[in-house]
Amino acid sequence: MNLALIFLITIFSFSLFFYGRSKSKSLSIENNYKLNALPKFYGYYLVLWCSLPSLVFLLVWTLFEPTIIKSIILKIAADQGVVMQDQNAANLIYEKIKAVYLGTYFGDVDILLKESSLSYAKFKNIFTNSKIVLIFVIVISSIIYALKKIKSNNKARDDVEIILKGLLFISSLIAILTTLGIIFSLLFESIKFFSVINIFDYLFGTNWSPQRAFVRDASSITAAEYEDLKDAFGFVPLIAGTAFIAFIAMLVAVPVGLFSGIYMAEYATKKIRKVSKPIIEILAGIPTVVYGFFAALTVGPFFRQIGENFGLTVSSESALAAGLIMGIMIIPYISSLSDDVINSVPQSLRDGSYAIGATKSETIKKVVIPAALPGIIGSILLAVSRAIGETMIVVMAAGLAANLTINPLDSTTTITTQIVMILIGDQEFDSPKTQSAFALGLTLFIATLILNYIALRVVKKYREKYD
Amino acid sequence: MTKEQRLIKRHRAEKRFQFYGLLSIFIALLFVLVLVSNIFSKGSSAFMKTVIKTEVFYDQELLEIENGASRDDIISTDFFDVTIESLLEVFPTNGLEEEKQLINLFSTDVELEIKSVFLKNNNIIGQKIILELTASDDIDQLHKGNYPRDLPEERRRISDFQLKIFDQLVEDGKIKKNFNNYYFTKGDSRDPELAGIGGALVGSLYSILICLILSFPIAVLASIYLEEFAPKNKITEFIEININNLAAVPSIVYGLLALQILLSTIHLPRSTPLVAGITLALMTLPRIIIPCRASLKAVPPSIREGALAVGASKFQSVFHHVVPLALPGTLSGTIIGLAQALGETAPLILIGMVAFVVDIPASPIDPSASLPVQVYLWSESAERGFVEKTSATIMILLSFLIVMNFLAVYLRQKFEKRWN
Repeated sequence: MNLALIFLITIFSFSLFFYGRSKSKSLSIENNYKLNALPKFYGYYLVLWCSLPSLVFLLVWTLFEPTIIKSIILKIAADQGVVMQDQNAANLIYEKIKAVYLGTYFGDVDILLKESSLSYAKFKNIFTNSKIVLIFVIVISSIIYALKKIKSNNKARDDVEIILKGLLFISSLIAILTTLGIIFSLLFESIKFFSVINIFDYLFGTNWSPQRAFVRDASSITAAEYEDLKDAFGFVPLIAGTAFIAFIAMLVAVPVGLFSGIYMAEYATKKIRKVSKPIIEILAGIPTVVYGFFAALTVGPFFRQIGENFGLTVSSESALAAGLIMGIMIIPYISSLSDDVINSVPQSLRDGSYAIGATKSETIKKVVIPAALPGIIGSILLAVSRAIGETMIVVMAAGLAANLTINPLDSTTTITTQIVMILIGDQEFDSPKTQSAFALGLTLFIATLILNYIALRVVKKYREKYD
Repeated sequence: MTKEQRLIKRHRAEKRFQFYGLLSIFIALLFVLVLVSNIFSKGSSAFMKTVIKTEVFYDQELLEIENGASRDDIISTDFFDVTIESLLEVFPTNGLEEEKQLINLFSTDVELEIKSVFLKNNNIIGQKIILELTASDDIDQLHKGNYPRDLPEERRRISDFQLKIFDQLVEDGKIKKNFNNYYFTKGDSRDPELAGIGGALVGSLYSILICLILSFPIAVLASIYLEEFAPKNKITEFIEININNLAAVPSIVYGLLALQILLSTIHLPRSTPLVAGITLALMTLPRIIIPCRASLKAVPPSIREGALAVGASKFQSVFHHVVPLALPGTLSGTIIGLAQALGETAPLILIGMVAFVVDIPASPIDPSASLPVQVYLWSESAERGFVEKTSATIMILLSFLIVMNFLAVYLRQKFEKRWN
């Protein structure tokens, strides 16, 4: 329905382009005046006026129609005597009514339900019809307005450009809307979560086992039940596991990435650079699910085999395997950023060092790296934020059970793994278990935001110093 | 220590330092090589499947239909008896248990395969036809040499009797490797020999198309605004900070956003490419805006001033002159953003694309999988046959990414103007 309307509006407005163009031309000849803009701009003007208001109206209508119909139907149903204890029951009844209307409901249909579905059909019809009529009215009136403007020989180009500039501005607002969407969707569920679980029990609890949290009704938990619950959502093992795996990853990524960055910037001939830089950057382009597969199926069992040979018990989901592979994934982030940073250190610093007899490596160690240090630290911070937000490698190669350990051969879990494990498959909404995933998401979001903010500040400060 | 000794020491340190650098690059390159060769060696066998040449007798008494029967009649006919009778002809068996083992050599779809031959040619009642029937996963893996046959019998999924049949069949030349058409045309399945990436491929295609349609125009318009029109004020600055932050937000957070807003609030259908496309578009948007802005910025101001000087409006100077010049960079940035979106897994898992979907989606609002999610799903399966399927899917995914990245590089090198 909506697609057909959009299609009709689009076709109609595009055909209006030719009308607007020829109309403005003939008007200028008839009345013998000079047009204030090229004729095609009058065409565009008409197109914009015909399409934009009606499409915006359609969008708004489509967003609000379901909620309005729902409240009307539920009100009618309640008046007829359908009992609804709370919001959830009401939602369920509404879904039933809709299913009866669509013919996809296979339970018993009583009279009340039948009547409700009939009134649903009636209102749906009324709304659809009034939508079509209103769109028609809007299209006609905006065309009349636009034509009047054209007749008065407006500055069509300026008007079109103002509208287009508005469109450009709105597109750039999508970024803000996305951020708001993220913040609200995370906060919304997190607040519900923290209304049940005390935020300090979450932040400082040392036990994470959300599968224990079978709560039918989150709003009425007794103190005894809470005693049991508060111990299920302890954040400490998760942040410890995340930090631990990220630390192992950085142990791999920082030396390898930094040294390749240094070599690329200072030693490599153009030829070597041209070949090796893109190959290293391939590492950044490989989907993380591929790394996860490799870590889980090849590296994990490989380490276990080696461990067995030395008489060690290595978990096949060891933190070491996940961390190592994550480190390799991160190498290109560090190497290319530090390459850039080192390249932007002024040559005069190096020349000064060479002039007093230092070798190349001494110059790099004593002059170039200290000068580039803020930038390098920034790139490492960015890499850390990548590592803690990375999901697929740890979901596939790290463990599922929260385990407070510093043994790299043991299995441990991370924030992202737990989010995926909680939300995979069907979720029971309004249970603290599901909401805890959003709380974890919020924590992760804030942590990466802070890391990125610091990193960008450090890099920017450093850039200013040498620009 | 004399001066000479110190100098030798310093030069050694220099050599060492340089060696570390080379070593690091070498390690990174080595890893690329190991990863790719590991995946290829595991995955390339998935493009072939094992078939067993079997003589099938379309017996009228068992089928109870005539030559030239209509399509609907054939579909409703039970081919079970014909199938069993034909399979039992392959090797002499003794007792029910052995018969069962013999039948288990074939895929679970063997009845359908026999039926589909009849569907194509409905004049073969009473004839004996040699068909190449798909073998079961175990036999497939055995034939490809991925199955350890020297294990004791109780630890194998293949019995000694089945091994005997297999060896006899190999000797008779009845076992063959064919191109694995199922892998490309079928959807997911619990049986590795019947599982394919058809559904995932179509699902990925729909998701990326929706992502492209949504993100490309918005990203280009937004970057034009920010680069060319935006006044230097607090709002603009706020938008810029937002875009930079969004580009660094972990992808799983976008999954949470989609779950809460797209699924719980506006009730779009779960597990569909539509939701996946919108989620990926939101995620890709900032990642496209950043290179778009860079390529707009690279167009020298003289181009704009030239246009303005001959009387173009600001809009005309931007849309007629700056944007076309920035287009190659914009397109290559978009392609790279889409390549990232194609490999993205975590947000898609949260919006329910891990559901087990057998059918190939007919439209973007049908439940479906996507390539990376299929990799994740199969890598969690225990069956041996899924290992090669997973690796093969990774090969397909990687080849898409390589093509996209080459296209991006090509566009940039071929069409981008250098200004200095």
